[in-house]
Amino acid sequence: MKYAPGLFGLLALLVWEAAVWISDVPSYLVPGPVAIVAAFLADPGGLLLSLASTLVVTFAALLLAAALGVLLAVGIASSRLLAAAIQPWAVVLQVTPIVAIAPLIIVWVGNPFASLVVCATIVAFFPVFANTAAGLVSAPAELADLFRLYGGGRIATLWLLRLPAALPFFLAGLRISGGLALVGAVVAEFVAGSGGFASGLAYRILEAGYRLQVPRMFAALVLLSLAGIVINFGLEAFARSVMRRRGEG
Amino acid sequence: MEALHDVSLDIGAGDFVAILGPSGCGKSTLLRLIAGLDQPDSGLLAWDPGHAPKPGDIGFVFQDATLLPWASAADNVFLPLRLRRTPLKQAMPEVHTALHRVGLKGFEAARPRQLSGGMRMRVSIARALVTRPRLLLMDEPFAALDEFTRHKLQEDLLSLWQDLRCTVVFVTHSIYEAAFLARRIVLMTPRPGRIDHELASPLQPGPEARLTPAYAALVAQVTHDMQRSLAA
Repeated sequence: MKYAPGLFGLLALLVWEAAVWISDVPSYLVPGPVAIVAAFLADPGGLLLSLASTLVVTFAALLLAAALGVLLAVGIASSRLLAAAIQPWAVVLQVTPIVAIAPLIIVWVGNPFASLVVCATIVAFFPVFANTAAGLVSAPAELADLFRLYGGGRIATLWLLRLPAALPFFLAGLRISGGLALVGAVVAEFVAGSGGFASGLAYRILEAGYRLQVPRMFAALVLLSLAGIVINFGLEAFARSVMRRRGEG
Repeated sequence: MEALHDVSLDIGAGDFVAILGPSGCGKSTLLRLIAGLDQPDSGLLAWDPGHAPKPGDIGFVFQDATLLPWASAADNVFLPLRLRRTPLKQAMPEVHTALHRVGLKGFEAARPRQLSGGMRMRVSIARALVTRPRLLLMDEPFAALDEFTRHKLQEDLLSLWQDLRCTVVFVTHSIYEAAFLARRIVLMTPRPGRIDHELASPLQPGPEARLTPAYAALVAQVTHDMQRSLAA
């Protein structure tokens, strides 16, 4: 059972490679796994550098999204006026396709790194914000009553009740936002890449596509998937260790 | 909607008053009014001159233990003192005393999820006692517990009340619980919630009381009164 995913993956790769061999498809149409690995090994430095560039954007965006998400969630949890004013706009942010506004952002922000981070932040913002907002009001009403009974002010209630209660919600949101930050970074790189300055993995994919280096394109794609998987499991492990440290693991 | 109508109740220092009635008779509302958690639309809640409660003078125990799930038993009991900005060093002896009183010595570091329902309720009671309240308000605290645990907690509460000499107002829908615990049993009827009448308990408080004919007679009396009030 434990090895099922690995074995299945290996089997799929074998079938894929065999199919490519037997049907004799040219590698610029469908490259086999061997060709993809070879393309990676031909220029590991360049691809890994691009991966690092994409990951820096991803993590910067994730941190920014988490900070902004928590800040705004605390804002709407403490002020009804702020909640009424902000909440609809947060939804607008969520439903706006980033591909549509990325060119504008790139033009407005100017600095390529900053504009990539802004795009990825917009994509990653909503889950961590919405989850944290839900978590801040998740504590039972009786506990809030108890804080009131003992003269606990808003700050004390926020610090000792609402924020700790929101922690598991925040962590769940962070995990979703982590994957989205990567997607956002890649989408922004695609748009920016056509403008001709970034060096992220998406740019490598575009570049390889133009040059019909399809195995290299796949190699970049595989790196992206792996990064996404690592981010997802990494954030899951992080969430678990935080909760365990709180004695709730 | 009118939750309470024409309710008048005089509670003396050291009383153990049970507010007894079916669901929806406003007994919880009455308790929340006393605690100051809700404000009455009309009417007056008066304290003895010079004895208006400050935070910590009133302890409140809810039907659920309502503990902070991420905090240890000791930290949960520390909470009321912490909200009054009592330094940890000064508070710790009080926290240990309170936990000791409810029979949870040695469970200071336990998290709520590691404790049974009865022990969680004990932590909740310790939390209410840690400020040395003059008035302890309890809202069906034992309703969710099994009968054996409930009996034990009732007996422990009674001896705590005898030791601490604080005033207890105990909301319950159990005739047996009201008869066993209270010195005064206030019968309430619903829609709108009002006080029907009050009975004084003739029992000698203590664990043995449950086995006495006087207890059986009191239960029968309260049952009879309750049936008559609800039918009226």
